[in-house]
Amino acid sequence: MATLNVNGKDLQVSGSDDMPILWALRDELNMTGTKYGCGMALCGACTVLLDGAPIRSCVTPMSVAKGKKITTIEAVHTSKAGKAVQMAWRELDVVQCGYCQSGQMLAATALLTSNPHPTDADIDAAMSGNVCRCATYTRIRAAIHEAGKTL
Amino acid sequence: MSLNSKFLKLLRPGRSPVHARSRIEIVNMETDLKRRRFLQGAGGLTLGVGLSPLLKTQRALAAGKAEAFAPNAFLRIGTDGTVTVISKHLEMGQGAYTGLATLAAEELDADWSRVKVEGAPANTKVYANLAFGAQGTGGSTAIANSFEQMRRAGATARAMLVAAAADKWKVPADSITVSNGIVSHAASGRKAGFGELAQAAAKLPAPKDVKLKTPDQYKLIGKQKLARRDTAGKTDGSAIYTQDIKLPGMLVAVAAHPPKFGAKLKSFDAAKAKAIPGVVAIVPFEGTEHSMAGVAVLAKNTWVARQGRDALQVQWDESRAYGKGSEQIFAQYREALKQPGLTARKDGDIAQGLAQPAKLIEAEYSVPYLAHAAMEPMNCLVKLGNGECEVWNGEQWQTVDQFNIAKLLGISPEKVKLNQLYAGGSFGRRANPRSDYLLEAVQIAVGAQKQGLKVPVKLVWTREDDMRGGYYRPAFLHQMKLALDAQGKPRALHVRMAGQSIIKGIGFDALIKDGVDITSVEGMANLPYAIPNLQVELHTPEDVGVPVQWFRSVGSTQNGFAGEGIIDEAAVAAGRDPVAFRRELLTKHPRHAGVLDLAAAKAEWDKPLAAGPAGTKRGRGVAVHEAFGSFVAQVAEVTVQADGSYKVDRIVCAVDCGIAVNPDVIRAQMEGGIGYGLSLALSGAITVKDGVVEQSNFHDYTVLRMNQMPKIEVHIVPSNANPTGVGEPGTPPTAPAVVNALFQATGKRIRTLPIGDKVV
Repeated sequence: MATLNVNGKDLQVSGSDDMPILWALRDELNMTGTKYGCGMALCGACTVLLDGAPIRSCVTPMSVAKGKKITTIEAVHTSKAGKAVQMAWRELDVVQCGYCQSGQMLAATALLTSNPHPTDADIDAAMSGNVCRCATYTRIRAAIHEAGKTL
Repeated sequence: MSLNSKFLKLLRPGRSPVHARSRIEIVNMETDLKRRRFLQGAGGLTLGVGLSPLLKTQRALAAGKAEAFAPNAFLRIGTDGTVTVISKHLEMGQGAYTGLATLAAEELDADWSRVKVEGAPANTKVYANLAFGAQGTGGSTAIANSFEQMRRAGATARAMLVAAAADKWKVPADSITVSNGIVSHAASGRKAGFGELAQAAAKLPAPKDVKLKTPDQYKLIGKQKLARRDTAGKTDGSAIYTQDIKLPGMLVAVAAHPPKFGAKLKSFDAAKAKAIPGVVAIVPFEGTEHSMAGVAVLAKNTWVARQGRDALQVQWDESRAYGKGSEQIFAQYREALKQPGLTARKDGDIAQGLAQPAKLIEAEYSVPYLAHAAMEPMNCLVKLGNGECEVWNGEQWQTVDQFNIAKLLGISPEKVKLNQLYAGGSFGRRANPRSDYLLEAVQIAVGAQKQGLKVPVKLVWTREDDMRGGYYRPAFLHQMKLALDAQGKPRALHVRMAGQSIIKGIGFDALIKDGVDITSVEGMANLPYAIPNLQVELHTPEDVGVPVQWFRSVGSTQNGFAGEGIIDEAAVAAGRDPVAFRRELLTKHPRHAGVLDLAAAKAEWDKPLAAGPAGTKRGRGVAVHEAFGSFVAQVAEVTVQADGSYKVDRIVCAVDCGIAVNPDVIRAQMEGGIGYGLSLALSGAITVKDGVVEQSNFHDYTVLRMNQMPKIEVHIVPSNANPTGVGEPGTPPTAPAVVNALFQATGKRIRTLPIGDKVV
């Protein structure tokens, strides 16, 4: 049994605390917005924020999150940068299949929180760990710039 | 009863006369209707509108309340005014939900912000793809085959709402207008929303015929920016994919699979797996002719199931497994190409055309196996009942999956219920005509049931399972000879190609013509260039044991590369500009020429490409290709560093897909299709060694990432032709355009994909 603080709430999770946060969220807490893509921190589909920093929840055990705050896609809109990201994603219709977009949006939120007006090079550096097989990269880039305008 | 005779009256996906009057008849929809939530709630108008079924719909509507929510339903209007469009096509990112809703909402004059979309259940009679005669999504047909059907659905609903208002207000129907979801009578100033009229409209007979708008009357079709209907749920975590679905009592299955294709289970030791807390059951499964054998570990959560799977010790019987590798496969193809193949195209006299050329180009092109690698690895939830089977899946080919599952279980296809969910990508993988991962899930559920576990089972493939599980875009080898005459015009092109057939042996005979699998040669057998002597031959080896399947743009992925490569080589050999050279050979193909002209103009092809930084070389290349009735040209610009590393800087794309129903979705599909094409151009390869796939995850099957994405411009050719698809046709021109640009920059001709990190 472990306690995770997810989106501002302390939640009890059964299971060993070496279980990756991804599976705690998805299978134990029924928060399925965070996606499984590779299980090896290679694709970023599972990205959540841990105390505001993007992490790959598929390889991060619950034990690492002790005393820290997890933010998932379900609460992305609760921060100023996250809300701006969500609005821009919707305005530009970034999504196609959508499966990677939770991870993309949280990575973008972390970027914009620390750097509200990123250059294209900043976006490349922050976002290249997040794979999108629909290749929505053009719109992700545009949406990050667009969101930055409101910050 | 073969699949072929029962379901597939298809000529060929994307080429069929999709607006042909359907033979489809309405059957008993009671089971499907029972499952519809709307029936349990407040009433409203459910419309069954289609082609021939109109009359039966009318009869059903008149028959009484239960049938008032009639068959062949593409549209529901709730008493709250919400318009729900039922999409017979899978939404896998390509925008089908938005597209089908646009068609219906256009004729309905609906308020777009009140339009929702739901995936249709499996029911071939009602929800068949009119291009296939079976229910399924593929061949870039969703908009093409639905163009009339969905507009009729909307127009019929509109007419019934108008009739209801006319009755209520006691005014002539033709004095009523509808706009943006509001029904109005100008003279009296009366207005009503759709919801207020829905129940009354449901009691009226459906009109036998309706008049559809002319293109100049369109308000939604062709609108530059019409918000996608699936964006909201995909940006707040609420969209549900197969990976996310959960039923009471459900167990998750993660399975051990053999490393070699065709291997069977010999023995296994599950002691360590059983010792893991949370592991509920161990279920061996024998596989089928087209799905893998294995051992599944069932647990309440995926992590535990996976740990259990990893703890299994399994011995495989590889006596009948395929044991060769990519190198041997290509050597086998090279040997085969020494002999004539089956003829896929024969114009003129190839021997005469190749005799005494002014210049002769001989070239060998090759492409490897490719994994679709959708972001959502394959998965499937199965619930077995008494003589029936219910499945939750991102369903791309309902009719075939129903048939294959029914055959495995010994039940009738109607007893296989399929619930539609979003697919996290597919690129063809979820339309496997052999239903591989679904059959695996069913076998595991059956095995669990035999152990007394009568629970729903969700099979979850790991990324490694997905990447090594087969069903790849087939590897292909092309050998070509192209002869130029003294004027530098191509006089002859002889193509011999070898690669596995996707469809041989499974009864899809309509896709095989004189022994030639037309999905193998599409994009080459219909090469548009005016070459008087043109011969295309195909070898289809049947002893290669790597499972293959269609992949975004199918045959055009290999044939677009080889065809646009050799024609570029010809332009260079002729000393001609690659655009002008192609243009002269396309005079009888105005739509190819149209996109080529537009892409060249927008890329400012007539001006020299701006130089790059000191020490770099820049180049520009072009390619044009038709796939699934849509025409795409692309101009790629590249910068090559002194060490041979390179970047694709920009791709200018022109597309002619007939009437542009959703321009923003078309742009998105071109952007995405190009990105998919870049993945296969730059780095995509599945290689096999001694029967074992060498790649396993995104570290060794590398795909395009943000830092590699070029700037993309998409230009749409204005057209009044019936719409054709955009999901696939953006992909084929990308690899050849990039290769042709790299040639211009470096003088090095690349004939083997992937290009790799450097041009050397």
